[in-house]
Amino acid sequence: MARITVNGIPHDVDVEPETPLLWVLREQLGLTGTKYGCGVAECGACTVHVDGAATRSCVLPISAVEPGQNVTTVEGLSSDGNHPVQKAWLALDVPQCGYCQAGMIMAAAALIAQNKAPTDADIDAEITNICRCGTYNRVRAAIKRAVEQA
Amino acid sequence: MNAIAKLSRRNFIVGSTATIGGLSLGFCVPFAEAAGNLPPEVNAWVVVRPDDTIVIRIARSEMGQGSLTGLAQLVAEELECDWSKVTTEYPSPGQNLARNEVWGDFTTTGSRAIRRSHEYVRQGGAAAREMLIAAAAEQWGVPARECRAANSVITHQPSGRTTTYGKVADAAARQTPPSEVKLKDPKDWNIAGQPLHRLDTADKLTGKQKYGIDLVQPGMLNAAIRACPVFGGKLARFDAAAVQTMPGVRKVLQVDETAVAVVADTWWRAKTALDALPITWDEGSNTGVSSASIAELLAEGLESDERVFVGTSIGDARGVIAKGGKVITATYAFPYQNHATMEPMNATALWTPERCDVWAPTQSGGLSLQVAAEAAGLPIEQCDVHKVHLGGGFGRRGGFQDFVRQAVTIAKQMPGTPIKLIWSREEDMLHGFYHPTTQCKLTGVLDEAGSLTGFHMRISGQSILTSAAPQRLRDDGSDPLVFQGLANGGDEYALGYTIQNLLIDHAMRNPPVPPGFWRGVNLNQNALYLECFMDELAHAAGQDPLAFRRKLMVDHPKHLAVLEAVAERIGWNSTPPQGVHRGLAQIMGFGSYVAAAAEVSVSDGQLRIHRIVAATDPGHVVNPAQIERQVEGSFVYGLSACLYGECTVKGGRMEQENFNTYNVMRMADMPRVETIVMPSGGFWGGVGEPTIAVAAPAVLNAVFAATGKRIRRIPLANQDLGSV
Repeated sequence: MARITVNGIPHDVDVEPETPLLWVLREQLGLTGTKYGCGVAECGACTVHVDGAATRSCVLPISAVEPGQNVTTVEGLSSDGNHPVQKAWLALDVPQCGYCQAGMIMAAAALIAQNKAPTDADIDAEITNICRCGTYNRVRAAIKRAVEQA
Repeated sequence: MNAIAKLSRRNFIVGSTATIGGLSLGFCVPFAEAAGNLPPEVNAWVVVRPDDTIVIRIARSEMGQGSLTGLAQLVAEELECDWSKVTTEYPSPGQNLARNEVWGDFTTTGSRAIRRSHEYVRQGGAAAREMLIAAAAEQWGVPARECRAANSVITHQPSGRTTTYGKVADAAARQTPPSEVKLKDPKDWNIAGQPLHRLDTADKLTGKQKYGIDLVQPGMLNAAIRACPVFGGKLARFDAAAVQTMPGVRKVLQVDETAVAVVADTWWRAKTALDALPITWDEGSNTGVSSASIAELLAEGLESDERVFVGTSIGDARGVIAKGGKVITATYAFPYQNHATMEPMNATALWTPERCDVWAPTQSGGLSLQVAAEAAGLPIEQCDVHKVHLGGGFGRRGGFQDFVRQAVTIAKQMPGTPIKLIWSREEDMLHGFYHPTTQCKLTGVLDEAGSLTGFHMRISGQSILTSAAPQRLRDDGSDPLVFQGLANGGDEYALGYTIQNLLIDHAMRNPPVPPGFWRGVNLNQNALYLECFMDELAHAAGQDPLAFRRKLMVDHPKHLAVLEAVAERIGWNSTPPQGVHRGLAQIMGFGSYVAAAAEVSVSDGQLRIHRIVAATDPGHVVNPAQIERQVEGSFVYGLSACLYGECTVKGGRMEQENFNTYNVMRMADMPRVETIVMPSGGFWGGVGEPTIAVAAPAVLNAVFAATGKRIRRIPLANQDLGSV
């Protein structure tokens, strides 16, 4: 049994301690916005925030998450899709298939929380998530828009 | 419909909206609402609710390419409805079958979603409009010809009376459909042709959008699967007892001749047990197959006369080349590549002795249904497939429905229990249907003026159709797809050059690796060979690559127009910035004319792609903003292939199992992309695929300009650009 706090709500979950946070979110808590893409922290589809830091949840065992840490998923990023990153994404119609986008959005939200004026180089360095449809240029433009409108 | 089917569908809707941890798992099955007390459809394409909401039915699959929005625009244009109130839903393949295929073909491959259905979806919208007008006219007791519709409002012009679609929808459904309708001229379009926002963005920003992998059903179990990693190998045995007592495990079962699955309460537990399961494979006869042995097989084909098929033959290319002169020869090679959709393969199936339902992210609902029925051992009328948004398709989820077959085969062994099968990324990488490997030997002969007088292009390598769809081979056994982009005329794949003596042929060499339709299909290989070699010929002739091509393209004005457009925009005739070099490429594919120009620099062996200009002429344009997105995305797909994409074979299996060894392009690699959409009208070309093909050759030609080094095999990651 493990206790975790997700989107401000504490949960007791009955899982093996090595179970990755990703699968606890998806299968125990029903928060399927966080996606499985690779399982080896390469693609970033599973990105969530742990105490505000962008974290790849597919390789983070639940035993490594302290009950006092707050895990934020895309479902908890804003009350109704009104986070500046989500608004910028909507304005620019960033997603194509959309599967990687929750991870992109969480990575972008963490970036602009720490860095109020990210340069192209900052974006290149921090947004290493994989998108196969090819939304990178719109992701970049939307991050800049989110910063301007935050 | 029998009781079980009803039960499964209704339970699914009710059960799946239960809340866990304060959040809703709600998921709406297509037609779930239509099964309730809502108004009847006006026709197969259009439902109007009393509140004037318009539901447009979309038969083709949405996988990111945006045709859900584009098709809705086409219907809405003719329907004359209020676009702000449009929503969409998927009919199911089973409903299509039961209604005599009223929605046509569900297949969403080959960049066909719009170009192969624009006419009948527009007719569907126009017919619904006429029926709505007729219903209003009948209520008013006036002739329908005195009424006009716009923005979901019907006006009786002489009296000025108005009503809305929602108010007459019920009565419209009872009208006789018009026997013929006149479609608008595209120049009069207001909704179609406009850069409208996508209809499916909002839910993709909050986690609300459900993909196949996200489905939850009451009582559902999860399956993890492993098939013999060696192509053609089989499952010999496994020791179920060794994992039977692991947490959550419910069943360990043989799926078919090649695969074993563990079914557990959660997928993570199923996968954990599968990883611990002792499995013995019968690896079969392909363990000696390697990338080297495959390359050798293909290289033999470059010189052989055995199993050679002619694609295009004009004049006497061999004779002209044999006579000599300035003969240029080069050999190119293209590796296997994986689709690597972000959402791994998955499907959910519920089987009972009377009924089988499948929920699947599929590019081909009709084929999914056929495969499901076969695997279920049930008449097709007792099966259905419920389509779910795809987390990428790129061809992997179209002609190959292995994931559906497996899910049903597992579910059949656990009657009454919904089973969600999810592949691991490793399974996805090891069991793809790969972008096929080919090699190409190109020989050109130049006359004294530097004009190309003879050209032979020998492709050697794998035919997709031979294994994937043999019924589509030509009578002589040749595979027409191998010649994409190289045809002597036609409206899909016409070669853009006139060459007096031309021979394009294919030595079919089929290694035991399953090939597949990979976004762009053979156009990608062929454009790379053709357009890089054109560049080689131009340099051999001492001519500018654009000027050299132009002379051969006099009779191909649409090909030339897109090439000229990118050349002009990139500033071909101007001096590039210090250290920056340019390359060009063009091709026709999937009915559209495309070209690209690239600006790159190479410093200390490091390639940087600064800028891409792309042009496309797809004839008609339904949503120009969507086309821009597809073109930008095409460079991610095409340049991922160019920079990194290679699956290598060793011991009869793929060596790459995840993104750490099968790298793809990321943000830092991504150049600026400027898209020129230049529809010339009069035809309907595809958008999702063609531009991919010009990405690699434009960049490789620019790399040559930068380094003097001719790259004849991809990926570039394996090439040393610093040694020049």
